[in-house]
Amino acid sequence: MPTKTKTKAEIADIIKRIELISGENIYKCYQCGKCTAGCVMAGEMDISPYKVIRMIQLGLVEKALESESMWLCAACFACRERCPKEVDLSKIMEALRVIQVRDGKPLIEPEEVADEVIEEMPQQGIVSAFRKYN
Amino acid sequence: MKYSYFPGCTLHTQTKNFNDSIKITSSLLDIELEELKDWQCCGAVYPLTADSTMGLVSPYRSLQKAYEEGTDLVTVCSACYNVLKRTNFAVSNDAQIRKKLSEYMDVDEYAGESKVLHLLEAMRENKGFEKIKEKTINPLKDLRVAPYYGCLLLRPSEELKFDNPENPTIFEEFINSMGAIAVDFPNRIECCGAYVSITSKRKVKGATESILKSAAKRNADIIITSCPLCYHNLAKEQEQLVQSDYLFKPIPILYFTQLLALAFGIEVGSCGFESNRIDARPILKSKNLISGGDAL
Ligand code: SF4
Ligand code: SF4
Repeated sequence: MPTKTKTKAEIADIIKRIELISGENIYKCYQCGKCTAGCVMAGEMDISPYKVIRMIQLGLVEKALESESMWLCAACFACRERCPKEVDLSKIMEALRVIQVRDGKPLIEPEEVADEVIEEMPQQGIVSAFRKYN
Repeated sequence: MKYSYFPGCTLHTQTKNFNDSIKITSSLLDIELEELKDWQCCGAVYPLTADSTMGLVSPYRSLQKAYEEGTDLVTVCSACYNVLKRTNFAVSNDAQIRKKLSEYMDVDEYAGESKVLHLLEAMRENKGFEKIKEKTINPLKDLRVAPYYGCLLLRPSEELKFDNPENPTIFEEFINSMGAIAVDFPNRIECCGAYVSITSKRKVKGATESILKSAAKRNADIIITSCPLCYHNLAKEQEQLVQSDYLFKPIPILYFTQLLALAFGIEVGSCGFESNRIDARPILKSKNLISGGDAL
């Protein structure tokens, strides 16, 4: 059993922060799973996209923030395009990334990226990655 | 028709062949592209944060400049298109955002008066596909071309209004106008994994392989794209796929304007094929679209 490290008030604060950064009402999601059915990255994620929202709804925000899922979200907007409740999940994934980055926990640091990757990847890709990951 | 042109950082550096082929072909279609002065990188991804507008400063500046020039703004890289068009949508519809941006930058308020167009849209607007038919002197007969749209041209559709987001047809129209065969393949609108490929853990393997295999099943000779990152992911991951699956036949990835240059009879040396990661010249030669000497 993972130990509970945050108080109820702290959890409520994080949920508020997610809603403020994303501009989305997370309680609109009714768990149909359509976002996940069309997500090309869902197979790589440890927690699938619709479950990420559910966890936030249930206050399991620490688990959601610990998961790799938001880093694997490619911001392709397929979920947003298809959600029957007009939830923009790409913005919720962004909010989770932004919280980590603003709290000093970026996914990558420039010096960690292999020279070969910098050499090969188009400038657009490098800029995108650093906008999302750092 | 005259437009301001926003090349973006990649077309000026790694993918000069894309930029060159855009310039050569658009001028033949009466689309005059004048590069925006002092343009800056658009940021490559549209900021999805509701509590910060800093990421909109750079695209707003470009839009505002195009407006000052009195022109609409054409861009071709799918990422630049997504960012510039979404920013234009935001400043058209949200008075608070545009006020904040113009005050911060100390410029006149710009409210989305200029249009943002992808080159394909500029073609559509200028009877470009009919003109392509007329000007094609080297019809791409029997060439099976798979149009890979990816995400950034199509979604979110209510902001971009590029085409039907689930069943787009503009690339197909483009392909048919050059006399080639547009290959219908199921994964043409799926994501390639985008920037996730920077982490080098090959997390985009699944996404890219399903696109490539889907095009291969429909016997595509070539895949075309307008996104340098899609191009990179599809080409790089394909090199691994060819190693692991001996039944998979390489499918060259090209920028769509490279094929247009070929159809317009532009000298093969100027189509930029030598810089493509997977050489398209053998397949083009086998279809008699370039001569043996050209292919070397
Ligand atoms: S498609 Fe929308 S409503 Fe359905 S699970 Fe996903 S976010 Fe929730
Ligand atoms: S935006 Fe992210 S979560 Fe949504 S479908 Fe694309 S990769 Fe999946």
